[in-house]
Amino acid sequence: MTEHTANDPRPPAPEQLGGDPQDTPAPLHPAPGHTVTFRVSRSSRGERPHFDTFQVPVEPRTTVLDGLISIRRHQDPTLTLRHSCFHASCGTCAMRVNGREGLACVTKLEELGGGTVTVEPIANAGALISDLVVDMVAFFERYAPMGQPLVRESELGPGSRPAEGVERLERFEDCIECGICMSACPISATDSRYLGPAALAAAWRVMSEPRTADPERAMALADVDHGIWRCHAAFECTEACPSSVDPAGAIMRLRRTAARRRLGGLLSGTRSNR
Amino acid sequence: MIEERATSGTPATRRPDQPVRRRGLVSWVDVRGRRLGGWAFALNRATGLGVLLYLYLHLVILSMLAGGPGSWDGFVSIAGSPILLLLDVVLLFGLLAHGLNGIRVSLVGLGIVIDRQRALFVAFFVMGLIVFLIGAVRIFGETGGGR
Repeated sequence: MTEHTANDPRPPAPEQLGGDPQDTPAPLHPAPGHTVTFRVSRSSRGERPHFDTFQVPVEPRTTVLDGLISIRRHQDPTLTLRHSCFHASCGTCAMRVNGREGLACVTKLEELGGGTVTVEPIANAGALISDLVVDMVAFFERYAPMGQPLVRESELGPGSRPAEGVERLERFEDCIECGICMSACPISATDSRYLGPAALAAAWRVMSEPRTADPERAMALADVDHGIWRCHAAFECTEACPSSVDPAGAIMRLRRTAARRRLGGLLSGTRSNR
Repeated sequence: MIEERATSGTPATRRPDQPVRRRGLVSWVDVRGRRLGGWAFALNRATGLGVLLYLYLHLVILSMLAGGPGSWDGFVSIAGSPILLLLDVVLLFGLLAHGLNGIRVSLVGLGIVIDRQRALFVAFFVMGLIVFLIGAVRIFGETGGGR
């Protein structure tokens, strides 16, 4: 049975709650004849991951998520995965498919060029709970402190009455918090202290349009050795992002801002606050 | 995969028995599905390590001077062999790739040409390729032929 992280306000999918797989809607209608081989990473209770192989009947528009749900429903109900929206909005079905990060719900098998489809959980974002499910607590611990000022100022202004609990749902625009950028980043893969692309992109978002958040606090959090200066410009986060956030561009803009501040400080004779 | 205990986080949410699962060094060289920036990153790491290795090798060779003229002349006599000339060409490639890509990363990293990182890579690649070919021809042509 998988878990839903305490910091994740999104509703868990039936798989997350360990529900009866028969309750899960199966969008796949197996057609006779055409099958694709799925190699799915399996792990439970901290054991070393291994791969299980499944033959999955497919249709022309079958997605990786369709295939995984089909496996769960028809072949192995113990397979655990996260998903919710089926249309790239919730970010819960982020996975590594054939070595590349993506959202399983919008990754069509026909786009993968045929052959075996290897599915693994995203890396570098959190602890592996089971099979394809990653605990995103570590991700949110770095991401949330930057500030997530999606709520309009008018909603929080004098006399306004924001909906109950809206603060809990504040978000960084565009980012769907899937963790794909962290998984694709080669620095996050080796540096446990690196803040990572998502948190740094959130910091730039606050810097560029603070609204109710504190831009100086975000800059102070980002302008550290294991923050913006740790990135090595591989741009894999930007390439992999399913929501066009451009984390690498955000990091470079933060660097430009930080460099200008330091240069200005040097020219004016004041010490850097770093 | 590298697994280590997370070093940050609030005790209220962090479960200490759960290590963050990281891909480790394999992600530096695993270029499956990677785009131009990922290839450039891998190339920079590989050439950086190669140039570092050469630096130590160079110091070892220079240390032959301490062995007297006989030791050094022995090395010089084989310095023009095709294998060592090929190593010189490899070194030239590594220096060009690492140096030019380093300039690209610096320009992008300081926010000067953020949205042109691909074009910058292509431009430096073409520039480096021209210099590399000229250099390789000269190494094998003049140096090799002159011996």
